[in-house]
Amino acid sequence: MKQALTRELDYRDLAWTGLMYALTLAAFAMLLWPLFTVFSNGLQVLSWEFLLASPANAGRSGGIAPILASTLAIVLTSLAAALPLAFSVAVMLTEGFDPEGWAARMLRCSLDILSGIPSVVFGLFGLSFFCRQLGLGYSILAGGLTLACMILPTLARSMAFSLESAASAHRAGGTALGLSRQSVLWHVLVPVALPGICAGIVLALTRGLAETAVLLFTSGYSDRMPESLLDSGRSISVHIYDLSTNVPGGSPNAYGSALALLLLLAMLSFSVHAITRWMQRRMTGTTTRSH
Amino acid sequence: MTPATLSLALSKRQGWLFWPTLSLLALMAALVIFLIVAFLLREGSPLFAQGGIARFFTDDGWWPLEASFNMTPMLLASLYLTMGALFVATPLGVAIALVTTFKAPARLAQLLRNLVELSAAIPTVVYGLWGVTSIVPILNMWSPPGASLLAGILVVALMIIPTITILTQSALQTVPQAYIQGSAALGVSSSQTLLRVVIPASSQGIFSAMVLGAARAIGETMVVLMVCGNIVQVPTSLFDPVRTLTANIALEMPYAMGDHRASLFVAGLVMLLLVSALVALGEWASMRQRRMAP
Amino acid sequence: MMNNEHRAITPVPPANTAPRTPENITQRNTLTGDYIEIESLSVSYGNCTVVEKVTLRVQRNSVMALIGPSGCGKSSLLYCLNRLNDLVPCCSVEGSVNFSWMDTKLFGKNSTHLRRQVGMLFQRPNPFPFSIRKNLEFALKQHGIKARAEINNLIESALREVGLWDEVHDRLDSSAMALSGGQQQRLCLARALVLDPDVLLMDEPCSSLDPMSTEKIETLIRNLSKRRTIVLVTHSLSQARRVADQVAVFWKVDGVGKLIECGNSKDVFERPQHSLTKTYLKFA
Repeated sequence: MKQALTRELDYRDLAWTGLMYALTLAAFAMLLWPLFTVFSNGLQVLSWEFLLASPANAGRSGGIAPILASTLAIVLTSLAAALPLAFSVAVMLTEGFDPEGWAARMLRCSLDILSGIPSVVFGLFGLSFFCRQLGLGYSILAGGLTLACMILPTLARSMAFSLESAASAHRAGGTALGLSRQSVLWHVLVPVALPGICAGIVLALTRGLAETAVLLFTSGYSDRMPESLLDSGRSISVHIYDLSTNVPGGSPNAYGSALALLLLLAMLSFSVHAITRWMQRRMTGTTTRSH
Repeated sequence: MTPATLSLALSKRQGWLFWPTLSLLALMAALVIFLIVAFLLREGSPLFAQGGIARFFTDDGWWPLEASFNMTPMLLASLYLTMGALFVATPLGVAIALVTTFKAPARLAQLLRNLVELSAAIPTVVYGLWGVTSIVPILNMWSPPGASLLAGILVVALMIIPTITILTQSALQTVPQAYIQGSAALGVSSSQTLLRVVIPASSQGIFSAMVLGAARAIGETMVVLMVCGNIVQVPTSLFDPVRTLTANIALEMPYAMGDHRASLFVAGLVMLLLVSALVALGEWASMRQRRMAP
Repeated sequence: MMNNEHRAITPVPPANTAPRTPENITQRNTLTGDYIEIESLSVSYGNCTVVEKVTLRVQRNSVMALIGPSGCGKSSLLYCLNRLNDLVPCCSVEGSVNFSWMDTKLFGKNSTHLRRQVGMLFQRPNPFPFSIRKNLEFALKQHGIKARAEINNLIESALREVGLWDEVHDRLDSSAMALSGGQQQRLCLARALVLDPDVLLMDEPCSSLDPMSTEKIETLIRNLSKRRTIVLVTHSLSQARRVADQVAVFWKVDGVGKLIECGNSKDVFERPQHSLTKTYLKFA
């Protein structure tokens, strides 16, 4: 009887294993489909002229140069605004506040909540606070500041993590040399944690570039080359949205822009890996191959 | 003055400014969340003052220009979309996680994991673009118009598969090897070991993955804006065009005034509460799973 | 049968043992002639060989203890007997294992059938995070036994066999993780016994237990060996002396584990032949 039963059970095992593999294959085919579409359609459009020319005919032809410029401006603004705040948060969490105290716990709690807020809500906030309340109107500045609020938690967390790793190893050594807490921070910890901090910045940039809904409300729609931070300007993601939804026949250039965006993100991500390897070399004196 | 006393004097002069400044900036960062909630409340308050919360469910329909703010169709659309996306994405995500953690050879597993992380980084607007140009036309052939709840479910499901996969992978890794060895030693086949020992042992983590995936799905704006058709109605079939709460905010915000504008802020508040609750639940379940790790 | 190239003394004990064996194994049925034949078995992980060319014969319905210092590959050898090494991706095994009383054509490539006849007890108790009842009926259900009454009978007899029935019969649905270490290990033994295996493999089963629990398990081993073959890896020489009928001594020679001596427990402990065995037994 045991023999007969075992034959049945073999089929059951085969069926379940087959199902698992089939689902995995299906999932990967689905995941790769958009990438494939973007690459095949986008490559037909992407070229140096595309990247350097201005859009024409509502974006159906021409290029995306002013949009790249606006995107750069928005992202740099957001970094400029978020970095000091994130750095302060990271420093206070690792060196300043008592880790168990109320200030640190409140800080961590508000960062956690902030990181969970959907992007539309940030858009609403940005619109009512930066655009209307502070009178910035639809501008790159307003968009950048709102984006800064969005990337703040990610940036703060990764900086805190790098500082924490550096601190455990070097804090004692620096203090033993008679350096003040501030000196230890500036002269010992930050240089050691710098690669990790850079990686965190690039990671936050990657998140910021992908955002669309937030910028839809705050930085405007203009596709002309921006002259100042108070000008309205659209980011690449908003441009993709506009071309695919509001402009009939805009799909080819939308794909080109999408490909440009993906390549930009890929370059950023690649630099994160390079920075992390740099970090390993600094910390351990050797280059370990990343698994 | 020796070098030591020199630097001491210098640091004394700079020190009094450094830490207080940093503390101030850090606390400012903490205040952002309060600012956001405060503004949402302030902008939405005119409507609260008028009629309380019930009207958002009992008014005639969503006719903002006639002061009728029934959010139910849109809330239902958001919920159906999220549940549908979870229904499609969870089996696929868990299957990928099982295969990469237990079945595939090491190099292939790493490649698959990298592909999944790659997909996680793709901006949602790109998914939306693909959805508009590839999925909607296919659905249109089946049952016009293609832009519908189903289109939204499919594209959003694709978007959250990486989230579910990555979180499930970490949950699966907390299952002690001893369980797998014990089950194998009893002659239980590998698929049954995975199904009846490993998955129950990592159920908290899988639950957390689903909840955090749901949080991502329900907060999604661009994809639904692009592929769902944007008609305010309670969907009676998968092929009906719908408008979710998030898409509604994005569509009407540019030109909304007065009470209409306030209603959108109320919608924003609802989203904030929903997503925060989901994220808190997901994090709590994930913590319980991590406590099980050997 | 001595086709072993290694220059050890009598690597295989004779099938019929002479009467000058210790009292506590005279009841053993030594006349059946059934055995587990391990022939020229080598185990490597990647490029590193951990144990090489072991040839050994384990008498059926007796206790064989594998002893020797750490790193000699005793556990790796043990894991070959129920092919648990298949779970380790870089492991490769050469040689053969033959169970003389079983029709090995049944087994084929699928090791699940083998593992029903050859049960295992691990070093650390590893009950599943289920209730006591579910721990025991899990394997039964997986192997197709579905009748409630039959399952309950098998569970009760297994728990009685390990002496846990009186302690847990009133809380079979409570979590197995709430039991003490010794109880958990006995539960794992019951879990293995519920399938009625002919062979039991034990990998240092008492190393994480207190002395009282250890004594209970050792008594169980002696009782179980009347009807089952037990292969035990242990670091405790006194434990080997207490429970084993036959003993196989391993040592690391030239960086690789090898079998250096084997025979009846009393013979090996009182009249060791190999110089390394003599050295090792000084620690007993």
